[in-house]
Amino acid sequence: MRHLRLVRDETSFDFFKHWKVWLGISGVLILLALASFAVRGLNYGIDFRGGTTIRTQSAEPVDVGAYRAAMDALELGDISITEIYDPSFGPDQNVASVRIQAQNEVESVTPETIATVEAALQEVAPDIEFLQVDSVGPKVSGELIQTAFIAVALAMGAVLIYIWLRFEWQFAAGAVLALVHDVVLTIGVFSEVAIQFDLTTIAALLTIVGYSLNDTVVVYDRVRENLIKYKKRPLKEVLNLSINETLSRTIMTSLTTLLALFALFALGGDVIRGFVFAMIWGVFVGTYSSIFVASAMLLWFGVKRDWSKPEAEERQPDGSSV
Amino acid sequence: MLQIETWKRALIWALVVAGLVLAAPNLFYNRVEGHNDALSRIETSGATPELEAQAGQWPSWLPSNLVNLGLDLRGGAHLLTEVRLAEVYESRMESFWPTVRDALRDARSDVGTIRLQDSAPGTLRVRISNPDGMARALEVVRGLAQPVASLTGAGTTDLAVSGEGSDVVIELSEAERQATDERTMQQSLEIIRRRIDEVGTREPTIQRQGADRILIEVPGLGSADELKAIIGTTAQLTFQPVVSRTADANEVPGSGNEVLPSLDEEGVYYVLEQAPVVTGEQLTDSQPSFDQNGRPAVTFRFNPGGARAFGDYTAANIGSPFAIVLDDEVISAPVIQSHIPGGSGIITGNFTVEESTNLAVLLRAGALPAELDFLEERTVGPQLGQDSIDAGKLATAVAFGLVLVFMFATYGLFGFFANIALVLNIALILGVLSSIGATLTLPGIAGIVLTVGMAVDANVLIFERIREEMKSARGPARAIELGYSRALSAIVDANITTIITAIILYVMGSGPVRGFAITLGLGIITSVFTAIWVTRLLIVMWFERRRPRTLEI
Repeated sequence: MRHLRLVRDETSFDFFKHWKVWLGISGVLILLALASFAVRGLNYGIDFRGGTTIRTQSAEPVDVGAYRAAMDALELGDISITEIYDPSFGPDQNVASVRIQAQNEVESVTPETIATVEAALQEVAPDIEFLQVDSVGPKVSGELIQTAFIAVALAMGAVLIYIWLRFEWQFAAGAVLALVHDVVLTIGVFSEVAIQFDLTTIAALLTIVGYSLNDTVVVYDRVRENLIKYKKRPLKEVLNLSINETLSRTIMTSLTTLLALFALFALGGDVIRGFVFAMIWGVFVGTYSSIFVASAMLLWFGVKRDWSKPEAEERQPDGSSV
Repeated sequence: MLQIETWKRALIWALVVAGLVLAAPNLFYNRVEGHNDALSRIETSGATPELEAQAGQWPSWLPSNLVNLGLDLRGGAHLLTEVRLAEVYESRMESFWPTVRDALRDARSDVGTIRLQDSAPGTLRVRISNPDGMARALEVVRGLAQPVASLTGAGTTDLAVSGEGSDVVIELSEAERQATDERTMQQSLEIIRRRIDEVGTREPTIQRQGADRILIEVPGLGSADELKAIIGTTAQLTFQPVVSRTADANEVPGSGNEVLPSLDEEGVYYVLEQAPVVTGEQLTDSQPSFDQNGRPAVTFRFNPGGARAFGDYTAANIGSPFAIVLDDEVISAPVIQSHIPGGSGIITGNFTVEESTNLAVLLRAGALPAELDFLEERTVGPQLGQDSIDAGKLATAVAFGLVLVFMFATYGLFGFFANIALVLNIALILGVLSSIGATLTLPGIAGIVLTVGMAVDANVLIFERIREEMKSARGPARAIELGYSRALSAIVDANITTIITAIILYVMGSGPVRGFAITLGLGIITSVFTAIWVTRLLIVMWFERRRPRTLEI
């Protein structure tokens, strides 16, 4: 039986011929992402800025202008109305999302406000249904965003410590830089495409951290093994060998994960599409960064070459380089 | 060589079977749910033939734990509320003023005349006309303090009294505030739970979060507004004069009277005067206690208005019964033993300790002790939930199918083994989720789908390693052995780092995010188990039977 082979058995791509260029490109991309974040900001959902969203559905096509006119009459401040499309919707499912800014400092809205909003929308579309109403007060949203940032920072810190314990500080630093790279680029994409950024996006970010790390650790594990096996070969060659050896696994795992994610993206409904989008993007940048950021960083930092006496030597500061 | 001890084999199979059995009820979700609902209703309100039939739909000797569906899948209402704890300090101090006034008046010769000053909420500021009497005034007020009734506050009193110029400043001590906060939260939780239980929905979640917050999730409820209305309804607590006691529910009560049933005595009714002497809004506290004879009793305390009305009434009606009525049911109808001045009293009766505790709870639970702010509210319509479940099922099935085909195409027979492990993995996740009563949310489904994609990673690592080891050609058995052992460190490191992020997500996250963290974390554990142990066992069993010279991988 012939099996599918995505990658030839023996590959010898030179991944690090232009490693400085790749690092440079990553650096530029990070700067672009940060610039986009600074200029455009993120399209925060109500989880992070407070307010109310109402998901509506009607048999009539959504007339955003008419909805807006009806809402403007209520003078509730900043209002956004978006129509939502999904291939799974039937012809009589016309869905829109109405977002209202928070009305005071603790609570988001009163039941009366929601009732007037619903009444106003019913004037426009008599058969309108309210599928989902979410309301987050500014007090909580402030805490949520803080917790989210702490969560991401904690995850990175914990990982840094774990990899430091299992490998060497250069590996830990490389892995965490790769993570920062992935997270910043993801935030950049979110600010550029203006996809709503909410609590589930944070979950997606942390999953990206997990995935990217998974990938990086597999490569690092092989690097460590090969460093012990080939004590005299230059670091660049060892890194290249390790990445070529793990290449077919890297491609396989990325592909199976992507297959699952694309199924979810296409069929999982619009509610989690932003979440899945973030993860698909994360698989790409995560795979890229394990090779061109995490491993390239090892070239930059240099690593300890003598692994023969692991326990005794491991704590010594490392001075060697390529 | 390739060997697995028999006890290990038995253990692996036992775990797999346990997972499958625990996951099985989820295949018959509606039927098992009907069975569980019927059982709980039989327990609370007795058996009927219909309920028995409904319960019989699922054999009771089979496991009947199901995966809880989160609000985003089932539809329902979610509220995060904050209790205004400081309001309780205010009302406590307000009702304390008459006591302070009376005590200081008795010491008028030393402190002179007294006057209440405007002050910050929760403090009393009393100006005395003779500042030289400050020491005496402080002594008098401190004499009013009671020991704090809590574990941490032992040895402290409930008042913090200080002198500022010619003002005596009185507020609750830190220990008393903590004890009060604790009591306020317990009370609020009790009241909310009671209100929601009355509506009788399935599996509401009522959880305290942090110092002053309560999270309420009620599946199957129309909207968060409805939930707010349920919580906001105050129970009507009244103290009413008793005219007579009767066994006839239809007795004509006479004008200005009403007939109300007893709460715990079947067939007993009371004829009461309609106008209450005091209402629950005037009650400030109630605690289980004991009377002089050591029998269980319940103490209560009124605010000044209530205290005056109650004092006057009891003075005029010694020897006659009065009724404590909650939501149009008579909780108890004790006989007034003596004049009760000062607004606090004790209810004695044939109580057990448990009954007196419950009565105190009921009395306190009359109204919410403090107002609630609604910080976060979410409503998911049942239709949207159903759509999400359908979309999630379809996406999982397709993702699953794609990965299965892809693995088989790439690794052939070994891929087939990995696929069996993958199917078992999903069953194990569902089995564990069911037995720990975890909640499945939409991001949780995404977590499972992601696990499907990533679970194969461990097997991919092993199979790729076996392919490599085959090149050094020391026979297939050796290659498999080395493949497993050499891939292990990468698998362990990779999964531990992912589980670290899952744990952090769980600790820091809430609601749907937490649901995601649970399935992701569980998925990692089960996938490592199935990928390392189950596939290994399958491969070893196949190898023992076939003894192949070379591996098709």
